[in-house]
Amino acid sequence: MSPVSTSASRLVYDALKSCGVRLMSALPETWLVHLIGLAEADPDMTLVRLAKEEEGVGISAGAHLAGVKSAMLMQNHGFLASINGIVSCAQLYRIPLLMLVSYRGEFGERDPWQTEGGGVTEDLLRALRIPFARLENPSHVSHRIAKAQTLAHSANKPVALLLCRDLMWEEQT
Amino acid sequence: MRRLDALRAVYSQLEGRIVVTIMGAVAAELQSIGHRPNFFYLQHAMGLASSLGLGIALSRPDRQVVVFDGDGSVLMNLGGLTTLARYRPRNLVHVVFDNESLLSVGGFPTATSTGSDLAGIAAAAGVPRTQTVRSIDEFTHAFDEALAAEDLTTLVAKVEPVGPSAYVTDLSLLENRFQFQRYLKESRTTR
Ligand SMILES: Cc1ncc(C[n+]2csc(CCOP(=O)(O)OP(=O)(O)O)c2C)c(N)n1
Repeated sequence: MSPVSTSASRLVYDALKSCGVRLMSALPETWLVHLIGLAEADPDMTLVRLAKEEEGVGISAGAHLAGVKSAMLMQNHGFLASINGIVSCAQLYRIPLLMLVSYRGEFGERDPWQTEGGGVTEDLLRALRIPFARLENPSHVSHRIAKAQTLAHSANKPVALLLCRDLMWEEQT
Repeated sequence: MRRLDALRAVYSQLEGRIVVTIMGAVAAELQSIGHRPNFFYLQHAMGLASSLGLGIALSRPDRQVVVFDGDGSVLMNLGGLTTLARYRPRNLVHVVFDNESLLSVGGFPTATSTGSDLAGIAAAAGVPRTQTVRSIDEFTHAFDEALAAEDLTTLVAKVEPVGPSAYVTDLSLLENRFQFQRYLKESRTTR
C-alpha cells in the first residue's frame, strides 16, 4: 500500500468542500493521488486535469469571476511553474487563489530531484508576498484551510497551504 | 484581413455573450469599437486567456463564452489546447487572431510565420471543430457557424500584423475586472 495518508487526504478534501470549493484543478504527483481520486469520485466537484499547473491560475480566475470557488492542487514544482500566471493574472487582477501545494524536498525527502525545489519554496512564497501556512498535523487542517480561504476572498489574493510530509506520508522510518 | 475589421464584423454578435481577450492590440481594438461590461481584457498574462475562458465556460454552462486569442499567446500555452479539448466545453468559441507576429511588443515573427499551423495543432489536440479563415466573409461565416454549432471550436483567423498606435486605454485593469465580475453575477441572478 502506498504510504500516502488516506485519512489526511480525506480531511483536506472535506475541509475544501466545507469552505465552498466546487472546482479543482490538478496536476498529479504521488502525494496528491487520494485527493484527486476524491475529487474525481465526487459528483459535486468539477475536476480539471491540467497539462501544466499555470493553466490552473487562468481556470481559477475564470471560475472566480463566474462565481465559483476553486482550489489548485499541485506540488511545489508546479507552483514554480505557475509563477508568471500567479503574478500577471491573479495578483495583477486581484483574484483569490487557494493553492494546495505538496511540499516535497523537506527533511525526510529521499528523492534527490525534489531537494532543490524544497529549498526555495517558502522563500519564493515570501518574495511574492503570498500568505501561507503549513499543514502538518491533522488537528489544524480544517481550520487552517477555512481561514486561508477567508483571507483569499477578503484580500482578493492568492494564498497557499503547504501539504507537509508529516501530514501526507505515513512511512515508518 | 485586418483584425479590427474582423472584430467590427462580429461585434453585434458579442452582445449577451461572455468575451475574454488577450492583451495589448486586441484589447485596445475591441475597446476602440466600444467597451461593454461583458468584455474582459486579460492584459499581460500570456497564454492564460483560453484557460480563463475555460474556467468561465465550465462555471457558467448556461452562457456562451468567446475568447479572442493571439498566435504568440497560444504558442505559450499549447498544452492548454489539450485541456480545452479534454473538457470540451460546448459553450466556448476560441478565436485565434494569427498575425504571425508578437505584434504588441514590436512585431517579432512567431513560428506560425514559418508554417506552424495552429488549427492543425488544435485539431490534433482533440478540439472537435477547427478551421482557418483568411477573409472577412469567411470569418463572419465561420464565427456564426461556431456560435450555432454549440460545440468547442478553435477558429484561426489569419490577419495582417497591424494594430492600434497605443495600447493603454482609460479603462483601468481593476475597473474592468470588477465590472465584468458584477456583470456575470447579475446575469446569473436575473436568469
Ligand atoms: C511571459 C510573457 N512574456 C512576454 C510578454 C510580453 N508580451 C506582451 S504581448 C506579447 C505578444 C503577444 O502576441 P500575440 O498573442 O500573438 O498577440 P499580438 O500582440 O500579436 O496581437 C508579448 C511577447 C508577456 N506579456 N509575458
